[in-house]
Amino acid sequence: MVEEISHTDFTELLRIIQQRYGYDFTDYSAASLKRRFSRFTGFAGVHSTFELKHRLLNEEPFFREMVRYITVNVTEMFRDPSFYKVLREQVLPRLASYPIIKIWHAGCSTGEEVYSMAILMEEAGLLDRCRIYATDINEGNLEQAESGVIALKDMKEYTANYMQSGGISDFSNYYTAHYDKAIIRPFLRRNIIFFQHNLVTDQVFNEFQLICCRNVFIYFNRALQSRVVKLFYESLTSLGYLALGIKESLLYNDERAKFETVNLANKIFRRKM
Amino acid sequence: MATPESYKILVIGGSAGSMPVLTALIKELPVPFPMPVVIVIHRLKNVQSELSALLSAEQKITEPDDKDSLLPGHIYLAPQNYHLLIEADGTISLDYSEPVNFSRPAIDVSFDSAVEAFGKKTLAILLSGANKDGAAGICRIAGSGGMAIVQDPLTAAFSTMPRAALNQCTGLHTMTVNEMIRYLRNISTKINTEK
Repeated sequence: MVEEISHTDFTELLRIIQQRYGYDFTDYSAASLKRRFSRFTGFAGVHSTFELKHRLLNEEPFFREMVRYITVNVTEMFRDPSFYKVLREQVLPRLASYPIIKIWHAGCSTGEEVYSMAILMEEAGLLDRCRIYATDINEGNLEQAESGVIALKDMKEYTANYMQSGGISDFSNYYTAHYDKAIIRPFLRRNIIFFQHNLVTDQVFNEFQLICCRNVFIYFNRALQSRVVKLFYESLTSLGYLALGIKESLLYNDERAKFETVNLANKIFRRKM
Repeated sequence: MATPESYKILVIGGSAGSMPVLTALIKELPVPFPMPVVIVIHRLKNVQSELSALLSAEQKITEPDDKDSLLPGHIYLAPQNYHLLIEADGTISLDYSEPVNFSRPAIDVSFDSAVEAFGKKTLAILLSGANKDGAAGICRIAGSGGMAIVQDPLTAAFSTMPRAALNQCTGLHTMTVNEMIRYLRNISTKINTEK
């Protein structure tokens, strides 16, 4: 770890990134983001905040590397099994009434939760009628997600998650093992589209019956959370569902009144008419 | 060093062997304690946890959601599987990034963010534990002029954690559990008479 990043330097870093590259991190949670910057400087062998600023101003590949590093998020298949159980039991039966079911995974990271969703849809007999749009700010995440490759060592935990979520199939039917990798089987990937989308700057691009945005808001401050919920509201059909991470809240959100609660513990909400 | 009256937050970190100490601290903590209290304990992930219920036997403890406000008189327990960060605007940010010192929540992460947000107005306690999480963070708090307390290793069920801190820097205050309780009561009284 290098020197601490002062408040002034932090503000200036954000300004450089915004002006030079058009990425706006100003309304990210400051404590988390500062920590990511510090960790990146350690990782990249940068010795001072001055050097960091200098390289960001002058080296675009260095910036790209930094964005990939600071926006990498840890994810799991069937993370929070109770959430998937509620989805399976309460939300999917409602979605089944639509001829085409459109789902948006906003901030899909490396795709583990996207494939979990595909498994749920497959088991409910809905995958053929379903289009899953999986987006992330981080190109590296998307490449990894699209490859469908997951570390085999994690599969034991994911299998346990899957069973806790009410899964009754043989989980190993969903991937093929290859050395130390598990590869998600192609039939699960048939209706998934991965592409880059920045929740801070990009707009509505379709209309959805379900939006999953789990453990993304924790990296945003209250003001940005409100703006993104507005974007989600506009991207949902009437009575469309919004799912957040189980520790995320709509409580501080200006748009709160436009949603009803479906399941508070698992943070599933529904757009009012 | 800041005067005790100016402390804005109390952050307590613990691992193996810290539960009895925490229970005692919470039981004896004056009600309402005049600043927010944040507790970070190493916990297993993906198992049903009774921790919050266990600790709540003495005083109400909440596992915060992201962006909850830190309020005086409230006790917050870092949820399983998330780092808990303290923002300068007095809110909580949760973080799902990689574990630190093999732990998530990690004590160092919360200590670092507390001193980043509140500087020398940070009060921190590091309890018993079998690894070195928290040592770097509490040393930073001491170095910034905050109040940094470690459990007397001779009284800790697992002394690795307090010892790691004591080996890493100076300026730490070693206390037994009773001394901590006395100290916290003292601070509470001082802040309340100040008002």
